[in-house]
Amino acid sequence: MNFEFTEEQLMIQQAARDYAQRELIKDVIERDYKAEYPAHHVKALAELGFMGMLVSPEYDGGGMDTVSYVLAMEELSKVDSSLGVIVSVNNSLVCYGLEKFGSPSQKEKYLRPLARGEKIGAFLLSEPEAGSDATSQKTTAEDKGDYYLVNGTKNWITNAHSGSTYLVIAQTHPQKKHHGINALIVDKNTPGISLGPHEDKMGMRSSDTHSVMFTDVKVPKENRIGEDGFGFKFAMQTLEAGRIGIASQALGIASGAMERSIAYARERKTFGKFLYEHQSVAFTLAEMAVKIENARNLCIKAAWLKDQGKPYGVASAMAKQYAADIAMQVTTDAVQIHGGYGYVKEYHVERLMREAKLTQIYEGTSEIQKIVISRDLFR
Amino acid sequence: MKILILIGNVPDTTTKVKFNADRTAFDASGVQWIINPWDELALTRAMELKETSGGAVEAVVVANVGRAETEATLRKALAIGADKAIRIDADPKEAGYVASQLATIAAGYDLIMAGIEAADYNGNAVGGMLAEMLGMNSVSAVSGIQIENGQLKINREIDGGSQVVGLPMPLVAIVQKGIAKEPRIPAMRGIMMARSKPLEVVQPIDAAPMTNMVTFEMPPAKAACKMIAEDQAKDLIHLLRDEAKVL
Repeated sequence: MNFEFTEEQLMIQQAARDYAQRELIKDVIERDYKAEYPAHHVKALAELGFMGMLVSPEYDGGGMDTVSYVLAMEELSKVDSSLGVIVSVNNSLVCYGLEKFGSPSQKEKYLRPLARGEKIGAFLLSEPEAGSDATSQKTTAEDKGDYYLVNGTKNWITNAHSGSTYLVIAQTHPQKKHHGINALIVDKNTPGISLGPHEDKMGMRSSDTHSVMFTDVKVPKENRIGEDGFGFKFAMQTLEAGRIGIASQALGIASGAMERSIAYARERKTFGKFLYEHQSVAFTLAEMAVKIENARNLCIKAAWLKDQGKPYGVASAMAKQYAADIAMQVTTDAVQIHGGYGYVKEYHVERLMREAKLTQIYEGTSEIQKIVISRDLFR
Repeated sequence: MKILILIGNVPDTTTKVKFNADRTAFDASGVQWIINPWDELALTRAMELKETSGGAVEAVVVANVGRAETEATLRKALAIGADKAIRIDADPKEAGYVASQLATIAAGYDLIMAGIEAADYNGNAVGGMLAEMLGMNSVSAVSGIQIENGQLKINREIDGGSQVVGLPMPLVAIVQKGIAKEPRIPAMRGIMMARSKPLEVVQPIDAAPMTNMVTFEMPPAKAACKMIAEDQAKDLIHLLRDEAKVL
């Protein structure tokens, strides 16, 4: 058993930290306030290889392992989790799904530009009436011989506007229920696709979230991923990988809040003592440290299992549920440690608290993760 | 044209500095090591020159004096883009010793870049010593390097202004802030390729150290800062004269 990271993993962690602490920090508050998409950062991170870091070099990716990915996601999300989710959706949902299940020609055409970060991907599963319950897809992909005719609405789609390659989950054979669902690669510029307004979110405001409407959208048959009816399995397996990304993002939000709290506790004095010299603050920081260490270990374990080719679905559910829930607790405590300063934007922790909330909701709520975990207990 | 960058393996700049019991050596336990920030800027500029020179810069090589544990620092330099690394397998005792070792591998380069100082002992000596040992020209306080018509155009910071000098190669340039905007962050591809690039280990020569470290002292702890309201200048005079006794 070895808890040491490799030299390459540490180098990637440092590279992500350098970029986040040097560049993302400069405009993160302003972008959050204006809900502005970080196009220049996405471009810079693509040049560094982060947008397709998990994809094999054969398809122009970085060829990194999932442990490196956890370390990178944590560092980026310490400063800017909006950027974190853009990186996560592109890497661990879209690129991962295409690389694992796509055909060679689909990979050649769609994966390559995504891995290079020249194009950004979006994963279209949630619907107005199908969030956590992904089996009840209302969006239809009617089989018309050599193409599918797609109709319906998708909700809460990260990268909907900035992205151009959509992975769309839709129902082809309603009588077969979730066995009738397909996953289709859809170019955003296809006629019949329109976007709802930019969602005015509580946190992660600089990632673009929209609903996407499909009206008689023709998708060539060759764009279906896997066999007919493979879509639900595709979505579930891809989400298993996606959870590691979001768990690491939540971990980063928590550890970012702790780092800021430690720095603040070192410089702020009350009643003649530094904050960290007050036991109540010191103990809160100690509790934060334990939670974060646990969350990191869960994330690394899930990533390690995935890298070893072992089953990791339950491990990634544990990592996601725990990291998201402690991110909410840690960021709330961080605001409390900062007092009034914690409640204003300049000190970052109020933003981290708003961002933490989303990690408990998207890519499978904490409750859905508990369903996954508890079902495994009674298998 | 070949460029050599001298790389110092130094403690991370946020390290809490401690010494051993008799204060004759730095306590390196638990320290994280990095490329000396000035050397990292030099390497960044070398990479920029290579990328924009249209093939004029054939190779960028990095070298240090250090034991095997410094190879992680050299591999970071390879990840940033250096073509080859050389490690002289010895403890970097002091500047004269380090320069003597580097002189054994530094011949044949057209441009040698050294950071103006190292973030550990701030010696500010290796670059100049190396130039002297190699019989090469050197120029200090360099804040910009361009290649023009096979010559180096160098910007220097001087008292009250700056200077632009044209210099033939070979040359040792002792570089400071401004030589590159910011140190380059290695890309994934560079990190992946770092292990497959050559890292040559060279045995040291016998060289007597020129100086001997006697003892280290920590600077006195900073006293608490007293804030004085802007309309209370009299209090300031009183504190400076009667308490600090500097007036």
